[in-house]
Amino acid sequence: MSVSSKLKETLVCLKAGRVTLPYPAQARPVPEKFRGRPIFDVTKCTGCAGCANNCPAREILVFDICQEIRVLEYSGLRCTYCGRCADLCPEKAITLSHDFETGTDSIHDNQQRLEIFMSTCQRCGRCFEEPSALEELKMKGYRLDDLANDRWVFRSRSYLEGEPAVEDIPIEMD
Amino acid sequence: MLKNLCQKMFGRSLWVYHANSGGCNGCDIEVLNVLTPYYDVERFGIKLVGSPRHADVMLCQGPAMHSTARALKRAYDAMPAPKLVFAIGSCACGGGIWFDSYPVLGPVERVVPVNYYIPGCPPRPEAIIYGVAVAVGLVDKKTAPIQLKQLVLPIPRYHPNELCGSGEMVVYERAEKV
Repeated sequence: MSVSSKLKETLVCLKAGRVTLPYPAQARPVPEKFRGRPIFDVTKCTGCAGCANNCPAREILVFDICQEIRVLEYSGLRCTYCGRCADLCPEKAITLSHDFETGTDSIHDNQQRLEIFMSTCQRCGRCFEEPSALEELKMKGYRLDDLANDRWVFRSRSYLEGEPAVEDIPIEMD
Repeated sequence: MLKNLCQKMFGRSLWVYHANSGGCNGCDIEVLNVLTPYYDVERFGIKLVGSPRHADVMLCQGPAMHSTARALKRAYDAMPAPKLVFAIGSCACGGGIWFDSYPVLGPVERVVPVNYYIPGCPPRPEAIIYGVAVAVGLVDKKTAPIQLKQLVLPIPRYHPNELCGSGEMVVYERAEKV
């Protein structure tokens, strides 16, 4: 009785085949929409701190160590990989990678620290005064105007697309 | 000789105890997923036990709460002496999203000493296996702290005293410091 049942079980197991994944030797590709560890790009970041204001886990810390240098620190402790920082970044400096192999023996191994130059006035060294409400609607980030043709070019992608708020100022996206 | 053989054969088989101290059950599901035939960890000798007195490793999920911190400490004290603690998930590593709310004491390492950290919310089953493989010594860890600096100032800056021209046109090169 037991021998026949064992044989039957063996047949069932042989029919099912092997399903175990050979994980540490050979990794399975992650799905396309998988959100892994965020990667910060220091060349694109302008230090607007929108990611720090919108992180639900309060994971990104921003502090100014002097007038020109702003330090942005992602500590990687309690990040839930929600991707809100990457959605919100106006310069697309944060990308969520497919990297999930973050197990370590030290908690500070997932830390990322960015040091960003902030723009100040070239004459007096202070920060620029805030633009008016109408200008703030139209522009965010740096501008790189066309000097030869004497016209404005908005460098930042965070400009609200659609109809311009003021009709008499022509606006070009580069 | 038999003792040496036994140490060689059974030296790295971890018996894990699964302690949830107030998590949302997401990491529990992923840990149980690791034990299924798809991610079969019994090939590494890892086995789930029901009592901390039989365990070598405690898998902590969820933050340390005010109500469960004492029970977690008791479970840690009940484990026999060479013991490891794994913090699995964002809550156990750093306190989670609700790290500053009133019932949460903080990360698990406030109550028990943590040896290995596996962040993620929840971590993939592969990530949990990777963390355990780092602990056992099968693979090397891949992460290290990153520091990024902008080396070149994005706009040129000059000292005000240098901005006095003489002649037709004076070209100021990019200055590093004011």
